[in-house]
Amino acid sequence: MQAKKRYLLLFVTCAFLGYCYFGGYRLKSEKWTGRTQLPYERLPSYLSLNEEFYDKDLRTSNGNIHVSQHTRQCRMESCFDFTKCKQGFTVYVYPVEDVISPLYQKILNVITESRYYTTDPAKACLFVLALDTLDRDPLSTEFVHNLPSKLLRLPYWNNGRNHLVFNLYSGTWPDYAEESLAFDLGYAILAKASMSIFRLRPNFDVSIPLFGKQHPERGGEPGQAPENNFPSNKKYVAAFKGKRYVHGIGSETRNALYHLHNAKDLVFVTTCRHGKAWRELQDEHCQQDNQEYDTYDYEILLMNATFCLVPRGRRLGSFRFLEALRAGCIPVILSNGWALPFHERIDWNQAVIFSDERLLLQIPDIVRSVSNTQILKLRQQTQFLWDRYFSSIEKIIFTVFETIRERLPWEGTREGIIWNTSPGALAILPQFADSQQELPFSNSNPGNTFTAIIYSQLGSTAVLYRLLRSVAKSKYLDKIILMWNSDIPLPRRPRWQGIKASIHVIPADGISHRFYPHPLIRTSAILSLDEDATLNTDEIDFAFTVWSSFPERIVGYPARSHYWDDSKRSWGYTSKWTNDYSIVLTGAAFYHRYYNTLYTELLSSTLHKTVEQSQNCEDILMNFLVSHVTRRPPIKVTQRKLYKDTSLAGIRSPWNDPDHFIQRQSCMNTFVAVFGYMPLLRSNTRLDPVLFKDSVSNLRKKDARVALICELQQKYLPELSPPTLLTDETLVKYIQERRTRAENATK
Amino acid sequence: MTAPTRLSQKPNRILYQYRNFFITILLMLTLFIVLIVTYHVFKFGDIQHGSTYRALVLNDVSTLPIQVLDRDTPTAGATNSSCSHFNCFNVYRCGSGGNQLLVYVYPPKNYIDSLNRPLTSQMTREFHQILHTIISSKFYTPNPREACIYIPSIDTLNQNRLRVQEVSQALRTLEFWDKGENHLIFNMIPGSVPDYNPMLDVPIGEAMIAGAGMSSLTYRSGFDISLPVYSPLTANLNPGSFSTRKWLILSSQININSAFEQDLMELKTTFPNDIMVFGSCLHHNPMNNTIRCVGEDVYKYPDVLQTATFCLVIRGARLGQSVLLEAMAAGCIPVIIADTLVMPFHGTIDWIRAVIFIREVDILMVVPVLKKVSEKRVIELRAHGAWLYDRYFKSIEKITETTLEIIADRVFPHLARDSTYWNIPSHSGNVSPLFLPITAPKTRGFTAVILTYDRVELLFLLINKIVKVPSLSKLLVVWNNQHKDPPHPGRWPKINKPLKVIQTKENKLSNRFYPYDEIETEAILSIDDDIIMLTADEVEFAYEVWREFPDRIVGFPSRTHMWDNRTSCWKYESEWTNHISMVLTGAAFYHKYWSYMYTTAMPGDIKEWVDEHMNCEDIAMNFLVANWTGKAPIKVTPKKKFRCPECTNTEMLSADLTHMVERTQCINRFSNIYGSMPLRSVEFRADPVLFKDVFPEKLKRFNDIGSL
Repeated sequence: MQAKKRYLLLFVTCAFLGYCYFGGYRLKSEKWTGRTQLPYERLPSYLSLNEEFYDKDLRTSNGNIHVSQHTRQCRMESCFDFTKCKQGFTVYVYPVEDVISPLYQKILNVITESRYYTTDPAKACLFVLALDTLDRDPLSTEFVHNLPSKLLRLPYWNNGRNHLVFNLYSGTWPDYAEESLAFDLGYAILAKASMSIFRLRPNFDVSIPLFGKQHPERGGEPGQAPENNFPSNKKYVAAFKGKRYVHGIGSETRNALYHLHNAKDLVFVTTCRHGKAWRELQDEHCQQDNQEYDTYDYEILLMNATFCLVPRGRRLGSFRFLEALRAGCIPVILSNGWALPFHERIDWNQAVIFSDERLLLQIPDIVRSVSNTQILKLRQQTQFLWDRYFSSIEKIIFTVFETIRERLPWEGTREGIIWNTSPGALAILPQFADSQQELPFSNSNPGNTFTAIIYSQLGSTAVLYRLLRSVAKSKYLDKIILMWNSDIPLPRRPRWQGIKASIHVIPADGISHRFYPHPLIRTSAILSLDEDATLNTDEIDFAFTVWSSFPERIVGYPARSHYWDDSKRSWGYTSKWTNDYSIVLTGAAFYHRYYNTLYTELLSSTLHKTVEQSQNCEDILMNFLVSHVTRRPPIKVTQRKLYKDTSLAGIRSPWNDPDHFIQRQSCMNTFVAVFGYMPLLRSNTRLDPVLFKDSVSNLRKKDARVALICELQQKYLPELSPPTLLTDETLVKYIQERRTRAENATK
Repeated sequence: MTAPTRLSQKPNRILYQYRNFFITILLMLTLFIVLIVTYHVFKFGDIQHGSTYRALVLNDVSTLPIQVLDRDTPTAGATNSSCSHFNCFNVYRCGSGGNQLLVYVYPPKNYIDSLNRPLTSQMTREFHQILHTIISSKFYTPNPREACIYIPSIDTLNQNRLRVQEVSQALRTLEFWDKGENHLIFNMIPGSVPDYNPMLDVPIGEAMIAGAGMSSLTYRSGFDISLPVYSPLTANLNPGSFSTRKWLILSSQININSAFEQDLMELKTTFPNDIMVFGSCLHHNPMNNTIRCVGEDVYKYPDVLQTATFCLVIRGARLGQSVLLEAMAAGCIPVIIADTLVMPFHGTIDWIRAVIFIREVDILMVVPVLKKVSEKRVIELRAHGAWLYDRYFKSIEKITETTLEIIADRVFPHLARDSTYWNIPSHSGNVSPLFLPITAPKTRGFTAVILTYDRVELLFLLINKIVKVPSLSKLLVVWNNQHKDPPHPGRWPKINKPLKVIQTKENKLSNRFYPYDEIETEAILSIDDDIIMLTADEVEFAYEVWREFPDRIVGFPSRTHMWDNRTSCWKYESEWTNHISMVLTGAAFYHKYWSYMYTTAMPGDIKEWVDEHMNCEDIAMNFLVANWTGKAPIKVTPKKKFRCPECTNTEMLSADLTHMVERTQCINRFSNIYGSMPLRSVEFRADPVLFKDVFPEKLKRFNDIGSL
């Protein structure tokens, strides 16, 4: 035993010696190599302090040497005439003389009914052709022949300057060349689907999505993934169903997909059946592929897959991109070099997964490695983008216009974050304010004062006086603006002179005027009131504090509802008491000042005309607008419903007009037609003060036993002064003491 | 060797006993010596054969190995202007590091031509720093065969200091050049007289350029990387004060062409109080870049940039100007007047947030345009510019690292970070993970998660009540008692909804917030086993409210927090007040994602603390949600007596005074961990639209609401 121990000791000693030697050696050498920090301060700088001066080359003093006149190299500065746009961003559409496809007709309809449209070519900033350029595949039936000569006959063509050309398909079999439009584009801006980043002239051309003939003109279907289930728990991780081309350009990716298909959580099925001659071209795998293809339904795959492959077809983009986006199936882009729609403004990294066609076989690993949190974010973003930019032709065209408009320096630009967060760029007018904090959508504080705007049609009445008095008493009031209907003369000595608030009387002609963005309105909050509203100061103050939590919505008292009348096949409007509501009338409501600007600038002239003609419905239109922008219902506060003073009944108040109600019904249906969908949303909830009708609070007395820690700290732990946070140990000790004491007491 | 001498004094017998021992020592020592010798031999052998890779050491650049280039060495081939990531970049070289970009740096050499003339001037400080940053970065690999990106160690930063054709020849001689595939060339001053090409004139075949001053006409999108012109002058510059800036606009460039100079002079005469134009010091030393003059007055540059709100960055003969970084460093908002300039890290950084762009033809409009910028916007631009500068441009290291990060995003596009990562400072608040503004669909209903310990009767009572809620889709009982098994399946109430019991391994409060796979709905109703006073109408209504506010906690018992000025502490308040800022999870709806966040992403040691003290889990949840969303919870319907008469025993935690003390302590502790108070107070609660209205009860959707 002794000997064994000795030998063990000996061995350990030797091992230790050895370790010291080698370990020490390594340590030493590391120390030696660690001295890499060289005194590079001794080296000269690449930019000597006097070198730049010589670069001032007098020969380049005139003109811009970096601007090329070649149309391939077009940039806004060289190929676009900015002077035409000084009067604003307006779009002229040539009169339609030729046969155009229904799809292009839809585009033209959208433009001519939009707020951008002008009938006067002299005032136009941008020109849109009435010649169908969507399909430039010479083999297609919709191909327009002799386009070059037709272009030359256009009166304002000017080699394409300030023209916008839409295109969905270019090139033809076999190479599907992207640039072959079969006419000379000249200086025109190209808004084209399936563009590649090499062909697209940066900051000049616009990449648009490929959309089909069935794409709705306006409104559009909502996204199909309103659920935010976490984790998403879909049946398939990734899916694809589509044809493959076997040979020719863009066929490799789809041809290889069957390698990844496992019929369990990865479903990638292709078919060779397309065109007439597919049997001649088929390869050895076609038979099997076709069989597998028929066992899956495309729609079901879309709805039940977390990721959807979007591989290139003959051209870079495909219909399935928008289909996947709508279904909330996160697109996996397999289309090398494709400039995704509006890629200069939309950050697609937030909504899709990019992959490289060359690394196709990595797809399973890639899609499985995406975290659940990331999937939740990506899916929500697909729904946001679909809903704001792609769900209708109107949105796509307006997005094209807005990207071009942002390039005009005086129109203002939007930060990337505005484009990529709700409510999206189409609802943000950069001319309203250059700081995002002024908008109701940022989390910044909307301020703690409001401007009351009272619309008066009846003149100076006792009711108005009472209203003014209760508004003036509000501690949040900034100023009162009286919109005075011009028919009634202004009282010489108004009774409200005794009221301690600044009251501005401004003449208003027409009912839309109450939403005019008047420069006197400085606060974010606007309290819009009818002259006969009977709110007291507490109610006003409470509504204001609620609005501060929801500055992007209308918050107010009188709630109304809409419903679908199946017998009349139209929308109905009701003021009956119901269990839900979708409209809060602006007769007594708070909303953000920004909506005044939107109301005036964003809405199309058709809508304004409807309101002007009926001298009614402006409040419904405001509700349409706000719900359209926020996708949220308005908010009703507290119980009060009868907000009108009934003593005025019989006087010529327009509210008592029996036609009034029918008019509102028809307004609503006009609005739905123009918006293309019903933007109003219902809410079941009303917001009351925390202690409203609270039977318990009246009964309950203050619980004296509840002491506060800070007091306790001072009382029991005076050594900890000034008061600091207790450490865990002292707290635990303290609580234990208290517990034992309490237990003793109960015993 | 002291031991043997001591032992020698012992009797012979012992000495003999130890003889074997000494022989072994001797043998061992010999063995070790042999081992050490062989180790040395092998080690040297290794180095001589070069079969392992050693990290590059940037030695003194004066003693570099010399390579002579023949005059007839072919050049690297013309720069391919149609290169893109997809046709010139070989992704197959990038797989060896998994999803990690690996970068190899060629060992630096001194290249000379056959006449003994150097091809470039001495390696510059900045280029040395670039190489050094790469070598010490996480991307570096000493093994060229596993590398994805190759960095030639030929200093190409300044085209004025190199011989174009010869450098191209030198590139061609690099071991792994192969048409330049996957090679990255750094450049900051491209072009030369007379055309000042915005791209390096050295023919580089299919290599990528990380270069400054590129034009959008030649920039190869998604392939090249645009850099800023680094300025050595920024080293000692600080942002200075923001409040008292003497000038609105300042121009300090001395290398812009005469047309722009005339424009500036015109501006100066029209707006003498707004714009300041500094020129070179003709009376002193016009070549000195550290001084600027106005007439006879001499100013120190770049410090003078701190005196203006906006600084003009006008194109010279080259598009890229070093004044951009100088202005950013000095806290002066850059105004870019250079058409077609590709801004640094274009495509990644959203420059609209930090600079103002003005077209060259509009230069005379600069004063009215900038005067229109609102005060708020100026503050935003300045703050964001400072953040950008600090994060991406402060030093050569930052610039180089950002370049590599962007390349990594391109090579591994599925891991690419979005614009939020690059452009939104993390201190500007969280983006709520549930950001889509929707009303949650009703189809799936909600899952009730009941936390219970051993009060079986109460639990069964609760189950029987809650089953009556129409939208309930599943019940999940979290059995938190390890000493007792849950009741036999036969004893549970017979109900028509699925019920699942989960037995936990430890009695922890955080068990109630675990995102169990059994929860298949978005909405979770978290409910204590003693909350038996809620009616079905109330729960159903609360679910409706939650659907309208799916990112918030929506529930019944509310609390608030208050700031106590006297003691400078937060206090916890369960009294009847006009405010609420917390809704307790004893009876509340919330999204399942928050359970996941609670379990995986709770900051600090809050979760452990809660489990240890068996308290405050609800406060922790309220903090978590409020911190992510910036929104207050929503209380539903009037207050109830949440204390059942039959459970006023000592088990009832809430009854304990120490419980309240602990909860105040929690609030202070949590707000310390979060660094601020995330809770928001509101003055409203949610009621059904017709609540307390004089209206036939049977027509109301929710009747049974508000009873005690």
